Amino acid sequence: MPVRALAAILVALAVPFAAAAQDFKWSGIVVKAKGQTVNFNAWAGDETTNAFIRWVGEEVGKRYGVKVNHVKLKDTAEAVTRVVAEKAAGRHQDGTVDLVWINGPNFLAMKQQALLFGPFTQLLPNHARVDTTNIRSNVIDFTVPVDGMESPWRRAQIVFVYDGKRVREVPRSVPELLAWAKGHPGRLTHPSIRNFLGSTFLKQALYELAPDAAVLQRPATDDNFAAVTAPMWAWYDELRPHLWRQGRQLPENGPAQRQLLNDGEIDMMISFNPAEAAVAIHAGLLPDSVRTFVFARGTIGNTSFVAIPYNAANKEGAMVVADFLLDPATQAHAQDFRQMGNFSVLDFGKLSAAERKRFDNLPKSPALPTNAELGTTLLEPHPTWMTRIANEWEKRYTK
Amino acid sequence: MGEAVHEVTVDRRGLLSWMPALTVGAFMLPIGAGLIGTLLPAFGYLPAIGGSEFGLDPWRRLFAYPGFATSVTVTLVTGVVTALLAVGIAFGFCAWAHDWRWFRRIGAWLAPILSTPHSAIAIGFAFLVAPSGWIARALSPWLTGWVLPPDIATVHDPRGLALVFGLLLKEVPYLVLMIVGALQQVPARQHLAIAHALGYSRAAAWIKVILPQIYPQIRLPVYAVIAFSLSVVDVALILGPSNPPPLAVLAVRWFTDADIQFYFPAAAAATLLLVLVIAVIAGWFALERVAMTTGRRWIARGGRRGVVAAGARAAAFGFGGLFVLSVLAIVGMGVWSFATEWRFPDAWPPALSLANWMRRLDGLAHPAWITFVVGVLATAIALALVLSCLENESRGRRRTGTGALWLLYVPLLVPQVAFLFGGQVLLVRANFDGTIVAVVWAHLIFVLPYLFLSLADPWRAFDPRYARTAASLGASPARVFWRIKLPILLRPVLIASAVAFAVSVGQYLATVFAGNGRVATLTTDAVTLAAGADRRVIGAYALAQAIFPLVAYIGAAVLPALLYARRRAIAGVS
Repeated sequence: MPVRALAAILVALAVPFAAAAQDFKWSGIVVKAKGQTVNFNAWAGDETTNAFIRWVGEEVGKRYGVKVNHVKLKDTAEAVTRVVAEKAAGRHQDGTVDLVWINGPNFLAMKQQALLFGPFTQLLPNHARVDTTNIRSNVIDFTVPVDGMESPWRRAQIVFVYDGKRVREVPRSVPELLAWAKGHPGRLTHPSIRNFLGSTFLKQALYELAPDAAVLQRPATDDNFAAVTAPMWAWYDELRPHLWRQGRQLPENGPAQRQLLNDGEIDMMISFNPAEAAVAIHAGLLPDSVRTFVFARGTIGNTSFVAIPYNAANKEGAMVVADFLLDPATQAHAQDFRQMGNFSVLDFGKLSAAERKRFDNLPKSPALPTNAELGTTLLEPHPTWMTRIANEWEKRYTK
Repeated sequence: MGEAVHEVTVDRRGLLSWMPALTVGAFMLPIGAGLIGTLLPAFGYLPAIGGSEFGLDPWRRLFAYPGFATSVTVTLVTGVVTALLAVGIAFGFCAWAHDWRWFRRIGAWLAPILSTPHSAIAIGFAFLVAPSGWIARALSPWLTGWVLPPDIATVHDPRGLALVFGLLLKEVPYLVLMIVGALQQVPARQHLAIAHALGYSRAAAWIKVILPQIYPQIRLPVYAVIAFSLSVVDVALILGPSNPPPLAVLAVRWFTDADIQFYFPAAAAATLLLVLVIAVIAGWFALERVAMTTGRRWIARGGRRGVVAAGARAAAFGFGGLFVLSVLAIVGMGVWSFATEWRFPDAWPPALSLANWMRRLDGLAHPAWITFVVGVLATAIALALVLSCLENESRGRRRTGTGALWLLYVPLLVPQVAFLFGGQVLLVRANFDGTIVAVVWAHLIFVLPYLFLSLADPWRAFDPRYARTAASLGASPARVFWRIKLPILLRPVLIASAVAFAVSVGQYLATVFAGNGRVATLTTDAVTLAAGADRRVIGAYALAQAIFPLVAYIGAAVLPALLYARRRAIAGVS
């Protein structure tokens, strides 16, 4: 008993102590960060996200004296390559990438090659409010444990956006999507398989068509890949001739696909942002007749993170930005569909009433699905599935 | 007397005599080093990423790429077809148009198109010809009956037709300008008068009498068009096929792959591209020989009319079509930048507003500033180097031979991918990548030749008697240069600077690699956005891209007149 009591006292003492130590560390980081310019490497194909990053730069500039330089990427892999090249050239300090928007295969690649700084998320005060129980993708990134090596900032889940003026009945499953495409040849497409959204289109099909979806949580092997993906390829072979341009041409990425929907070249499209329709209507990028649907058995969801390369020159500034991204006010701003419309990674149970209110007061839109309508979120398969699917697709359809 | 002056000037050359070597070194060294940096990994050698032994594995991987054969075919076909059409249309148009009064001032007409970066025109062209694009919108549904855009591949078509057209929009005006320049060096008018007197039609006279005389002078520009068409990256990204893409795009895609091991096949692809360019130019050279012998017989046969006139007229139509398309491409993007929304099949946006520009101004300001700084620095350095080379040449009375001309063309003949990657590795090694200085240097490689080529002829045509008169009045060579030559030649100097500035503004690959993705200009941002962003934003970037060089051109045209308002003879009214 006395031992227990002693332990309790120690814990009671240690907790504020630990918190104080952490505070001290954080304030030290904030001091060091002042005056730093963070080279934030982020995919730049989406204007609303670019505008959001600009806003983040202005805010952390005002609040912390940290400048953000958005290094605009066509593909996150470019940043990974750059860090790899710097490591190869022996530049272990003063690297040129300070913060990178990352997840999935790119995170796995950097984690495996020990290209990341961390764990650092325990240092971020706002990270304590991240939802780590209900939103599992916040701690497990494409089956890979996050281990504090990247900090979440936005959530994604597959939805389909369609023009309600032209589409009456929406397909609610992968086989139904094929039937719809057959009835409406040339009116559906998906982004290039080299783009994450394109390979996600096939992964979503794989989830429903694989004999046993549970194997997707483990790495793909030479032994099981062919058998597991065979039904998906059969489905795709049947679908492809009915796609836009007979599937011989594909939009490079999500925004290019959205442009096709806006131009009336297609009737529906896949998206990773549940608020895509609402955001795009507001920005004048899609007609106000677009709506959102998901498949009955659920759709794949994941979390976007920011990570800091091991050789980053401005690690403190990068952490300040990562923490700012998790600030409830920032998260609410990001969730506003007039800004970016991204669903928050925070646990609302850990927010104060005033902070929660910011989210409750966000504007509504008929194009915005409710949490109930979004249905089940399926966990991302292991990154090896994505890589193999992309390679196999190239083998089959690049001629 | 003249001799004496000459000797005095020779003695005072000193530092100036090193300038040609310095100038050639400024762009030849990075190209040479870059080529080696690409060749070594193409054969498996790049110790930094684990390639320590020479071997053919990179080539095996390149050949094993599923779309390899198609990629090479597309590269060759689009490149060769573009070059053939560009040369045919340019020659045909000049044959048809050469004796119109406006033809002599065609340079002024083409300047806006020539100064607009390739990528800006390509972006606008993509919107023009898309099945849901401006042309289809203007004709739908009243003529076409299309309520929805048809499912036809135009932009990004697998055969690369859109790419060919997109390239022609710029390559044809470029060749025409080169021809106009060459025409001034032959007594074209007299020869044509004789040919007319002998009963040759206008077009036939030009093709049979003038063309053979000027071809040697436009041979290098033609080769540059071939090399560019085979190895272009930005226009191919915007208009070309993507699965598989042309070889140059494939190389860039692999160079930037997350898996660093792709660096090896990427280097192999870049090397193969270099081989293809050399092979096609060699093939073209062989064709020139054949054309020369058969052409001589054809000319000697003495046909007065025949198909030449019809061909020239067709080429003139083609030229006019391209001109209109280029203008519409830029105008279309301009309209987009002011549109609130604009959907098929509306031929015009329902509403125009300044809101888009107001919103984008913040984002535009930084890349615009970088574009301006890099352009001005590259132009200023190149101008200093070129002027000292030319001054050195005129004081030494030694003309740069054809060998030097070939050297100047090296950056325009060697595919950019073949040396920029190797160059990037060197820059990273030197901890020098991603700086403005690195970008300026990379731009200098391309800015220098263009500046030299546009300034050399007017400079050499400078009447030496002015300088001699000044010298005989006791002026030092430096004083002659600053007080006599430069003011008299201000107009061509400014025009050449505007050309150089435009070249800098348009650089895509050089900026991406030297800047290591961290130095964003209007052009790099526009190409990134062209992959699919909001057309209103792309429109703003494309228009900004087009306006920058245009302002430089207008400045170059207006400034001398303003400066020399009272000295009309110097202002170059002639």
